[in-house]
Amino acid sequence: MMETMTDKKFKYGMVIDLDKCNGCGACAVACAVENNVPPAVEKMNKRNGITWMNISTVSNKEQFPKSESVFVPMFCQQCEKETPCMTVCPQNAVDVDPTTGIVGQIPQRCLGCRYCMTACPYHARYFNWWDPEWTEGMKQQLNPDVAPRMRGVVEKCNFCHGRLHAAKQKAASQGNREIDPAEYIPACVESCPNKAITFGDLIDETTAVAQLAKSENTFRFLSRLGTEPKVHYHSEKKWVREMTEKTLTRTHAANGLAQEEIHG
Amino acid sequence: MDKILIPRGLQRTSFTKFLIWIFPWIALLSLGIYAIYLCLAEGLFHTNMDNRFAFGIWIFLDLTVIALGAGAFFTGFLLYILRRKELKAVINSAVVIGLICYSGAILVLAVDVGQPIRAWFTFWHPNVHSMLTEVTFCLTCYLIVLFIEYIPIILKNRQLRSIPKFLVFEFELHKLMPVFAGIGTFLSFFHQGSLGGLFGVLRGRPFAFREELGIWPSTFFLFVISAAAAGPSFIMLTTWLVEKITRKQLVKPEVYKFLGKVSGTMLIAYVLLKSIDTLFWINSTSPGNGFPAFEFYATQSFGTWILFTEIVILGLIPALILLSSRLRENRKILLGAGFLVCTGIMLNRFVMTIQTLALPTLPFDDFLTYAPSWEEVATFLFVVAYGMLLYSFTYRYSVIFPQERELAQLNGELSQQEFADSGNAKKSWQPKFISDLLNKFVSTKS
Repeated sequence: MMETMTDKKFKYGMVIDLDKCNGCGACAVACAVENNVPPAVEKMNKRNGITWMNISTVSNKEQFPKSESVFVPMFCQQCEKETPCMTVCPQNAVDVDPTTGIVGQIPQRCLGCRYCMTACPYHARYFNWWDPEWTEGMKQQLNPDVAPRMRGVVEKCNFCHGRLHAAKQKAASQGNREIDPAEYIPACVESCPNKAITFGDLIDETTAVAQLAKSENTFRFLSRLGTEPKVHYHSEKKWVREMTEKTLTRTHAANGLAQEEIHG
Repeated sequence: MDKILIPRGLQRTSFTKFLIWIFPWIALLSLGIYAIYLCLAEGLFHTNMDNRFAFGIWIFLDLTVIALGAGAFFTGFLLYILRRKELKAVINSAVVIGLICYSGAILVLAVDVGQPIRAWFTFWHPNVHSMLTEVTFCLTCYLIVLFIEYIPIILKNRQLRSIPKFLVFEFELHKLMPVFAGIGTFLSFFHQGSLGGLFGVLRGRPFAFREELGIWPSTFFLFVISAAAAGPSFIMLTTWLVEKITRKQLVKPEVYKFLGKVSGTMLIAYVLLKSIDTLFWINSTSPGNGFPAFEFYATQSFGTWILFTEIVILGLIPALILLSSRLRENRKILLGAGFLVCTGIMLNRFVMTIQTLALPTLPFDDFLTYAPSWEEVATFLFVVAYGMLLYSFTYRYSVIFPQERELAQLNGELSQQEFADSGNAKKSWQPKFISDLLNKFVSTKS
């Protein structure tokens, strides 16, 4: 296989503008199709089903006309420091690519102990409780660049690693040492009709994502845990930005934030 | 019917009664096998675990039985390393219980993981930073040690004793027991600790996360000490239970008192350290991560009462009872305190697994509830049934309690002649008998 030869390090990250997100779920659908996430079986529910991108609705619980709500897409936050899932995996089935910063999952090596799921504060990891099954018609639409996962292993968002590989191969075949940023865009970013998701290299300060990440209205969920997630959220609304600093009782009682619905 | 298999001079119930006793356990075992088959063949959707409650009753009870089975390593350590001869009366029982607890826990783990056939990957691609790697390595090694320690107990069977080579093997194995006790203690220290470390390292779960002492979180040491406290109490309770079921005195009262004292001593140390750890967590670790500790207790049913129950009612109170020589004289109080100790350790393991997972971390998360499915319960009942059967067969066809013959004679259950025939005079004749056999064995070989 031809690969790009480069010493350049990337730190891929995202900024999701919550003010632009209308909760349409296109990102979740695109993600599932791109990454061969199997369709739900009859007994599945929101707690045991697989969706790499989970969208929650959060409201400020104020009365009309002050009532407001946002949609929060939640998926692997690609923790940079002391990546909780990577450090706990007993058989190195989770790795962090030092050249891209992407937290990857190796399902072929996964034991299915689910310790990584326990360790993840974002609940962004999913276990295959069932055998994956596709109908005959759906099998025709499977992405040949992404291996489907078997029963009994864990999976999660990997910033569409299949697309990164494809971009690398294309660059190598054209004699380029580095990939063109336009060649590598995760499916969720591409599919968002409102362009709410910005993706790119956080190290390169000229990129839109790096500039947005530094905006004073950008925040990260649970940043106080010190795991340095590479997925950022952006909102002009103060109550949305402050949401992440709320915890447990303060969240539910004093501030009145509440999750109304989960879908994805 | 099976009289030729029963050790000489020991009273055992009739074969028919024994069959009646084991029948319900076999029925339970069969139910468990069916549940295990469903989980392995069809998938873990048969459980009520999910992507948020990724650990359930299996991990909680695994942690519990491994703590209760700690009597095997701690009794071995006290007997063979610290030379506390009183514990010779229960060491066999401790080994059998340890074997049941550890092998049962590993069996449940094999059902719990999604791809049990890949279990060897941990040895092939080990992540040295993972507590689970340490647990896997130490549990596997210690289970082998327990099997080796179990061999001399099987060789006490009447028919096996008639084979000279086995006698020699048993004799030689006995000489190595201090070595195995030492290895067992070393391995147990690490896996008991690593089981605690499993949760203490979870930075993403501020309820469980603890600061590091050296390279391990404080829960590492708390789990070791609490297991050392629970193990002797569990041996005390199981010995009493066997005495009740068999309607025989099997150990001298001093043994109970000593076990109680050991358990109490370890427990008071645990309560002290646990209290310091909790105070540090409330005042430093948890708020340092942006989570005021008392918020964890303000949700749903897991209030501060659970913390109070764990440290005071099931910790301090039984510790003080067990440390009082006057209270230890009263068998009911002694056993009651032992029961509280075991319940306390169980509650601690529950808190570390179930409460940790039930609590939300994201600001818009909900508090979660979980109830195990019948397949999860039946799988664990399989371990209970397997334990009861293994212990029953070992008790019936071997000698688990070395003081049994002597006490039977003292209590008038055995006549002087039966006592002499039974070979209980092992103190006087066994070394000579063994040496005669050894001589014979050596001369035959030469």
